[in-house]
Amino acid sequence: MISLAGRDILHGWSKYVLTGLGLGLLIGVTLTMAGVYRGMVDDAHALLTNSRADLWVVQKDTQGPYAESSSIKDDVVRSVRGMPGVAAAANVAYLTMQVQKDGQDQRVMVVGMEPGMPGAPGYLVTGRHITRNHYEAVADVKTGFALGDTVRIRRHDYTVVGLTRRMVSSGGDPMLFVPMKDAQETQFLKDNDAIVNDRARTAANPAFNRPGSPGLLEAVQNLQTSSRSVNAVLVQIAPGFNPEQVAEPIRRWKHLSVYTRDGMEDILVVKLIANSAKQIGMFLVILAIVSAAIVAFIIYTMTMGKLREIAVLKLIGTRDRTIAGMILQQALGLGLIGFAVGKVAATFWAPAFPKFVLLLPGDSVTGLVVTLIICALASTLAIRVALKVDPGAAIG
Amino acid sequence: MKMTPQNSRRLLLGGLAVVLLGALAWVALRTGPLAPTKVQVTQVQKGSVSPTIFGIGQVEAQRSWMVGPTVAGRVLSVKVDVGQAVQPGQPLAEMDPVDLDQRLAALDASLARAQSAQQAAGAQVADAQARSALAAANLKRNQDLANQNFISAGALEARAQDVASANAGVAAAQANLGGSAQDITRLRAERAALAQQRGNLKLVAPAAAVVTVREAEAGTTVVAGQAVLRLIDPATLWVKLRVDQGRSAGLAPGLAARIALRSRPGELLAGKVARVEALADSVTEERLAMVAFDALPGGASVGEMVEVTLQLPATAESLLLPNAAVVQHEGKTGVWRLKDGTLEFAPVTLGVRGLDGTVQVITGLVEADTVVRYSQSALKPGARIAVVEQLVPAGAAK
Repeated sequence: MISLAGRDILHGWSKYVLTGLGLGLLIGVTLTMAGVYRGMVDDAHALLTNSRADLWVVQKDTQGPYAESSSIKDDVVRSVRGMPGVAAAANVAYLTMQVQKDGQDQRVMVVGMEPGMPGAPGYLVTGRHITRNHYEAVADVKTGFALGDTVRIRRHDYTVVGLTRRMVSSGGDPMLFVPMKDAQETQFLKDNDAIVNDRARTAANPAFNRPGSPGLLEAVQNLQTSSRSVNAVLVQIAPGFNPEQVAEPIRRWKHLSVYTRDGMEDILVVKLIANSAKQIGMFLVILAIVSAAIVAFIIYTMTMGKLREIAVLKLIGTRDRTIAGMILQQALGLGLIGFAVGKVAATFWAPAFPKFVLLLPGDSVTGLVVTLIICALASTLAIRVALKVDPGAAIG
Repeated sequence: MKMTPQNSRRLLLGGLAVVLLGALAWVALRTGPLAPTKVQVTQVQKGSVSPTIFGIGQVEAQRSWMVGPTVAGRVLSVKVDVGQAVQPGQPLAEMDPVDLDQRLAALDASLARAQSAQQAAGAQVADAQARSALAAANLKRNQDLANQNFISAGALEARAQDVASANAGVAAAQANLGGSAQDITRLRAERAALAQQRGNLKLVAPAAAVVTVREAEAGTTVVAGQAVLRLIDPATLWVKLRVDQGRSAGLAPGLAARIALRSRPGELLAGKVARVEALADSVTEERLAMVAFDALPGGASVGEMVEVTLQLPATAESLLLPNAAVVQHEGKTGVWRLKDGTLEFAPVTLGVRGLDGTVQVITGLVEADTVVRYSQSALKPGARIAVVEQLVPAGAAK
């Protein structure tokens, strides 16, 4: 038995292939949009996973360090290390800033960390980890830095000694890891003019600059420029403890807020990126509806163009089922071509996006099923028209 | 089959379908979450690592002085300026003496008056002695007369009493003279004390030094102990080095140091650890050491930041790893070892670390083990991997 659909496609193959290609690009855009949404969520998850922490200890009653600002003293980590169930704890400081790269600004999240501790990059793609406790940096490849580059942060030059991958903030900014002490200094260091102005202001204050107490002014000024704060303490828990069990005593006795991985995910995914995610989701829904409508119209016009041939088929006694099958097969074929082209296209252009685009296999399967269902539904419209056609139209 | 137009069209379409299916399969298996993780491997090798200690510090002067008055007062004049070299004993500044000079003049006058008083007392002694001599002569004459009974016994006793009075007068005059000499001694001592105080108002250089700060100008009132000038000995510049406690193993006096001044980052100066402080900074978790320059750099300023690298003796031959291969997995430190094509986590214990990123392996690996050096993402035991030559096409780490 010959395939009616195949014959018809062979007849007008260029039109069919080009239609499939166009449809494919549209499906590709829809898949990419889903990928952008997934990428956004994955950025948040990557931030949590890459910090390799089980608990986040932050300033009391804040949702830091990612969603809100949090500031705690850097010796808090010592008392946290002494709590039951804590296997490792490390200070960490985050600050988002612009750094100069070849005269162009590059937005990065500077992370102050202690090498080998939670918060430090877990793997590299090239170079080495930081070995000096000052002026070395490990950068995410997305920053565009290469090994040996010098990055200027505030008043110091940092040498890039290693590169890593997928280390991003929840907003998708690539990370730049620097030693803790440098990050502390960077975070709270004012520019030189501000420091000089502050000194003059303090010196003009008679309470700090008394003739009878030499040395007081210097002490006050030293106090103003030193910084002993960090944003959070990352905690890894010992085997055999559950996170809540370790978090509770720290909350109760150390008067700090503690978040578990679940709590942090809630803050990041549900609260922090909620609006932008909804924005993308809304766009995705509209795009899907538009795609479905276009598929339906394409198949409809395709059938309308063949009404004369269908009338001939009817005239020679072809069964309705065969005609309906032909249209359905063509529609599904179009859907399959479209999906395949779309998936390939999305995969090829996804890396060109500035932020991470994550194409999940599950999303692709859903996309395929939805495409086929839309094609099948759209073909019913065309089938109805085709079946209604008068065989007489073939000769009249 | 003949190549009819229909057949060629069929072939073309079939070809297109195969290409599309192939691309789809490649996309599904080679990218995204189903793709294998690309890794770059390295072999565990033997070698020696020369551990190094890195820290930052600042240039300080070993000897520095704060020169100021010992009592509160007003600055009269400051004779030297910042940057000037001074010699030991050189006057640097002077405090306002207020009334000290007048008090000295008063004491001088008192002294002169006391000397006059001494002369008067001397004259009184001479006078009393003359009286005494006259009384003695009178007594002697009256004794002769009394022996011949020319005068009464009463008259003789009156002469004897004259002599006793005259002698007492001499003693009194001599005591007076002694007293006036003591007065002079007291006044001299008082004057010397005052002169000492006056001298103390002159601030002099305690040693050969350079003036670094001129804190007060003429007319400024300063309290006792407050500095008017600060001096340093530029020949004793050294570096106060701060080293992270966790990475300070091996810090000891005598270690060779390479010092880079912030003003001259490309130039490495030689030095040596002169002293390791017994007290560490518990707040910053740093240890302190003083590093002396082998040859003093010209133009270094006190307070300038420096980077110091200390070279420790190389270790014996042992297994080495790049530190990029070391990962933390389930709370353990280890590496991902490739054994018969499968990935397994091998816990290791590490020894000294070099600044170039080499780490000494004590246990956990044997020579020529293949371990993952770089990976595209975090690995899991048994994860699908694809070994590639180079993950990032770039130069090697510095």
